[in-house]
Amino acid sequence: MDDEPIVRWYWIGDHLGYLGHLLADHAVIALVPVLIGLLLAIPLGLACARFPRLYQPLSAVFNIVYALPSLAVFVVLIPYTGLATQATVMIPLTFYALAVLLPTTVDGLRAVPESVRQAATAMGYGPWHRLTSVELPAAVPYLIAGLRVAAVSSISLASVGALVGRGGLGYLFIDGFQRTFPTPIVAGIALIAVLALAVDLVLVAARRLLAPWAVREKGAGS
Amino acid sequence: MNWLNWLSDFFTAPDHRSGPDSILHRVSEHLLLSGEALLYAALLAVPLGLLIGYTGRGVTVVTAFAGAARALPTLGLVTLAVLLAGVGDTAVLVPLVALAAPPLLVAAVEGVRGTDPDVRDAARGIGLTHPQVLRQVCLPSAAPTLLAGFRTATVQVIATATVAAYVGLGGLGRYVIDGLATRKYAVTVGGALLVVLLAVAAQLFFALLARFALPPGMRAQRRAR
Amino acid sequence: MSTMKRSRRAVVLGTLAVLALGATACGSSGGDPLAGGSSASASASSSGSGGSGGSGGSGGGSGSTVVIGSANFPENVLLGSIYSQALKAKGVKVEEKFNIGSREVLYGQLQSGNLTVLPEYNGALLAYLDPKTTAVTTQDVNAALAKTLPATLGILDSSPAEDKDSLSVTQETADKYNLKSISDLAAKAGEFTIGGPPEFKSRREPQFKDVYGLTFKEWKPTADTTANALKDGSIQVGNVFTTDPKIVQYKLVPLSDPKNVFGAQNVTPLVNKAGVDATATAALNAVSAKLDTAGLTALMKRVAVDKEDPSAVAKDWLKSNSLG
Repeated sequence: MDDEPIVRWYWIGDHLGYLGHLLADHAVIALVPVLIGLLLAIPLGLACARFPRLYQPLSAVFNIVYALPSLAVFVVLIPYTGLATQATVMIPLTFYALAVLLPTTVDGLRAVPESVRQAATAMGYGPWHRLTSVELPAAVPYLIAGLRVAAVSSISLASVGALVGRGGLGYLFIDGFQRTFPTPIVAGIALIAVLALAVDLVLVAARRLLAPWAVREKGAGS
Repeated sequence: MNWLNWLSDFFTAPDHRSGPDSILHRVSEHLLLSGEALLYAALLAVPLGLLIGYTGRGVTVVTAFAGAARALPTLGLVTLAVLLAGVGDTAVLVPLVALAAPPLLVAAVEGVRGTDPDVRDAARGIGLTHPQVLRQVCLPSAAPTLLAGFRTATVQVIATATVAAYVGLGGLGRYVIDGLATRKYAVTVGGALLVVLLAVAAQLFFALLARFALPPGMRAQRRAR
Repeated sequence: MSTMKRSRRAVVLGTLAVLALGATACGSSGGDPLAGGSSASASASSSGSGGSGGSGGSGGGSGSTVVIGSANFPENVLLGSIYSQALKAKGVKVEEKFNIGSREVLYGQLQSGNLTVLPEYNGALLAYLDPKTTAVTTQDVNAALAKTLPATLGILDSSPAEDKDSLSVTQETADKYNLKSISDLAAKAGEFTIGGPPEFKSRREPQFKDVYGLTFKEWKPTADTTANALKDGSIQVGNVFTTDPKIVQYKLVPLSDPKNVFGAQNVTPLVNKAGVDATATAALNAVSAKLDTAGLTALMKRVAVDKEDPSAVAKDWLKSNSLG
């Protein structure tokens, strides 16, 4: 390292536009998979809540998915989705998100007491109506807790994509590393933390508005 | 593309059977690195978590901190640590400890807080000191949650230790990265498979531990909550 | 009350949706018109401080986009950047995919047509395609390449600039064991650990054994940390590139190579023929005519030591050579 400072502030000042561009790219690569994961988790979760036999094998599969080293999955996908493409990074991230969101969705759907469900039926709610106005709203706190975990890990993991040519802010890590230049690395870590924090705040705010009754978060997490 | 042939090539290559690039050696490097990271994370996070959970002070701060720490990108921490501390195990231990500590911390806090307050009061009532209550009442009752935290942390550390190879260190990531660099995807897949096997083995280990090492009264607790 | 709650809920959902869409839009159209919005690494080198924005990508160039790739080390990114901006200056449409992997990976991408141009090193490329090659001079290497490359691929003019692999040791090691050439390692190789990029072992181990009779104690894949590993003593011999500024910074000694294990390594554009027209060919050949080793090392010092953006350094070089 010799006398290289940890941060050359002028570099950050000179590269604001560039950093912003990487940040936007990072947000897309990291967060679109979480949204797709959510869209997949809800029907899958419903199926699992209805057919508990399905849940056991599925959760075992996603347990394994979660243990897959992301880099290896990126590498294996290259022949199919191409080097340095968004798909190569976003497909695995979708599965990681799903691995987090599926259990929380199922927990959320199971959280509706049987009596409440029967009451809804008794009040003349059809299955669809009951789903949208009773079961899903009751699952919202769980879903959001799951989303918080999924989004934050996705934002962190996406940077590994830089090793296969597409990692948003992760590019700063390999660039800085190759040039023994810590400034871009520090900037990358800070921006990833800021992005994660911002997304987390949005989700917390969303929970306050969508599920004001849920004072303490439940489910998900470690 | 014949996956089975690929994999048998990977497992039977002479380089992978003995010497520094052998599977046995890479697996042991990987386990040592992961184990060391978990040990340091545990030494750091568990006592702190128990204390915070017991006193109830700073719980919000710790939870928020643990959430934020999840966002720290391992690749960034590894590369930065190498630039600052040089190539070596320290460079990889820093990010892995940062990865493992938050779930352990949260598990310790929640485990202690999950102790029935009546039981705690009773323990105080029969004359136990605070440290005694923490050790003899709260710790056993936190054990299942703690174990679950260890399980999460272990799986994440084992999967993530792969990144160490990018900065030239050993472990199973060597196969993943070298396979990419030499375009021998079989080597990458073989390495990934071994990582998954280790992670699954770790999960089984903790499941068994929870089954046999915990006192009978504790076992069902997690499920019941 | 309940309608109010519902409308609040709608607002939140709407906001989330807009945020998501906004993020997507930023990613696909954001920032850098030259990159076609498809690559972060592209922008990494084209929208840096030097600001190539406005240097015009949609100019007079006809035909499809030329996709320039680069391997994962800074000099190759710099060369890719030079190629890219030289092409842009001639009105060719360019997309950059920089820092994306090793030769093995990039070559496959070039063959499949996902990449059009790569900054290559003729000797290393030949050694990769034909490990048994005996060609060592620039002329022989290029002639052999012309024969070995598949019909769809071709090389353009080689530049005088050479970035050779070297086996380097620290000044201290060199003095202690009186090492000047790779042959001098014969007595000590068994005690030395050698380091280099991950692919180094499979590429070079047999050559050192056959040509110099060297069997090293251990091969460490030190990748980008090779020079650092030499300095801190975890390896004694390392594969460091001759234009690496760390050779000066860390006082390393590249050992001479009397038996030419490391043959000619001229910087040479490798192209997928279908993707480059006469304009692009001429532009790249003009770059090769002007680029030499001393010039390249000076540019590398700016990139690796002064931490300037490769794109800005490339731009300066092109300008001072009336190419940009």
